[in-house]
Amino acid sequence: MSTVANINDDTKETRARSLWQDAVKHFVRDRLTLIAFIVLVLMTLACYLAPPVLEDLLDVDATRTNTPASFTAPGVDRHVLGTDHLGRDQLIRLLYGGRVSLAVAYTSSIMIIFIGVSLGLLAGFYGGLVDDTITWLVNTLSSVPSTLLYIVIAAIWQPPVEWMIIILALLGWVGTSRLVRAEVLSIKEREYVLAARALGASDFRLLVSHIFPNLMSIVIVTGSIIAGNLILVEAGLSYLGVGVQPPTPTWGNMLTDSRTYFVQGVHLVIWPGIMILITVMCFYLVGDGLRDALDPHQSRHSKA
Amino acid sequence: MSKFILRRLLIAIPTLFAISFVVFAILELSPVDPLGNLPLTITPEEREKIREAMGANAPFHVKYAKWVVQFVINEPLNILEQVTGIKIGDSEGRLRYISYQTRSPIVDLVIQRLPQTLWVVGTAYLLSVLIAVPIGVLSAYKPYSIFDQVGTFFAIVGYSLPTFFTGLLFIIIFSVNLKWFPSVYDTTHRVTDMQSLLVQLRQIFMPTLVLALYFTAQISRFTRSSMLEHLNQDYIRTARSKGISERAVIMRHALRNSLIPVVTLVALGIPAIFQGAIITEQIFRVNGLGQLLILAIQGGDLPTVQALTFIFAVLIVIFNIVADVLYALLDPRVRLS
Repeated sequence: MSTVANINDDTKETRARSLWQDAVKHFVRDRLTLIAFIVLVLMTLACYLAPPVLEDLLDVDATRTNTPASFTAPGVDRHVLGTDHLGRDQLIRLLYGGRVSLAVAYTSSIMIIFIGVSLGLLAGFYGGLVDDTITWLVNTLSSVPSTLLYIVIAAIWQPPVEWMIIILALLGWVGTSRLVRAEVLSIKEREYVLAARALGASDFRLLVSHIFPNLMSIVIVTGSIIAGNLILVEAGLSYLGVGVQPPTPTWGNMLTDSRTYFVQGVHLVIWPGIMILITVMCFYLVGDGLRDALDPHQSRHSKA
Repeated sequence: MSKFILRRLLIAIPTLFAISFVVFAILELSPVDPLGNLPLTITPEEREKIREAMGANAPFHVKYAKWVVQFVINEPLNILEQVTGIKIGDSEGRLRYISYQTRSPIVDLVIQRLPQTLWVVGTAYLLSVLIAVPIGVLSAYKPYSIFDQVGTFFAIVGYSLPTFFTGLLFIIIFSVNLKWFPSVYDTTHRVTDMQSLLVQLRQIFMPTLVLALYFTAQISRFTRSSMLEHLNQDYIRTARSKGISERAVIMRHALRNSLIPVVTLVALGIPAIFQGAIITEQIFRVNGLGQLLILAIQGGDLPTVQALTFIFAVLIVIFNIVADVLYALLDPRVRLS
């Protein structure tokens, strides 16, 4: 008798947990992903909140140049990570640089997801002429050498950061929309969608409450990986001197300067590089971990 | 099959026209002054004349039409003449597509620069495919083993490391401290014998390694997931239960099937590696196509930028078709649809 009751309890408990609760549980159990996520949160908080406090605390400044104190080694004289060729404190500059890089990554990836998902949904759901038009646009855009076009556009117009974010988004949504379209094509043939349609659900209702929720997992996963990739793209553009312009620091243009001065201070190469590495890696790990957490079919893989 | 290829080629034509128009329009609308680098002592009247002579003043549609004619008809004809030696029509009077900066035909510039880029990019890509595929296969064969974990770790690090950071690190470690490899690429170097080949290999070593690290990370991950997918399928279990040796199961059954998507990925990745080489060329001062592009942008040399962007677009379109055709050739199921 008692065993039967136990079984019933178990089933009750599993039934009560939604996909999201499952995902959160999986996420917390997955140490690496959790650590990556915490690092990202801390990094973001540090970049946005820490600079004013640190400036007061250590009496350093991101823009004030002080040539006699250039190439100070890390840890010497209040400069935790040393100073650059103009004597500016590197730690503060890294944090300010992080603001720009993270702002580009977050906003641009959200825009990419928004454009990609909307167009992918429309193309996959309606088919016909809508699909043909969007697919043609996607195919044409994906034949455009995007990295090269970023460089050309950025070099010629030297857009401010806000415009750079928009341009990156306009050139970057193609992959997401392709992914979403393929997913929608398979979801809309499933029984529960057909059933809802047979019950007289409107297109809008089908899209919003039956198809879109099933896209959430790929949306979150690709969003995270795209954000990491955008950090690399922004850093690359700034490294080439066509992205964010000095004196505004970013991790990319800090490395450009260090190409000339690494003999005097290796720390000028190492720290911006490590910041990029850690951030991109964390975005990737979070995306990868979320894939496992949100996909009930794949969860056995991670346990094997 | 040939019908399939022909259809793909025909579809590519409007795409290429659309791209060429967009590329052309973006650059024509740009505020860049091609005379910006000339001395200030030149009077405005003379500047106007120079602009006239360059053809920079012509209206948009005239420029675009000239550009299309030069790019689609004249330059391919020139290359054909050079290769075969046959003269077709008035080859002396044919308009060529000319750089603002150097006043030489852009196609010639590209041909001068191509070998350096190909050396670096080609070796890097070949190397990374050769390293990545075995790593991916071994990782998938024993998933979550120590080998796989280490492979995964390096793949994630390789993916997250920007090439301009690894490049700088390599220069600091191998050129400055250990003095093993030169940090600047010497284009005048000619490969004539064993000795000079060694020198060439030494100078492409670092740029190649930097690029290869990045590609290896991607290709090995892709190979692993493709192989994993196939190893779990029924036909592999059937093959095993027939009593075939494990080696044959892997090499003949699983590997062949899982390499199909890898081959397409490798083909699709070729245009991307040229773009990736822009930054690497900048770090190691390789005067390849990437450097040509950066110089052209800095000098306001719009025709060169247009030509290079369009050449890259053509590369992407061609390799998309190559990937599709390879896929159809390797996987008979695709041809049915």
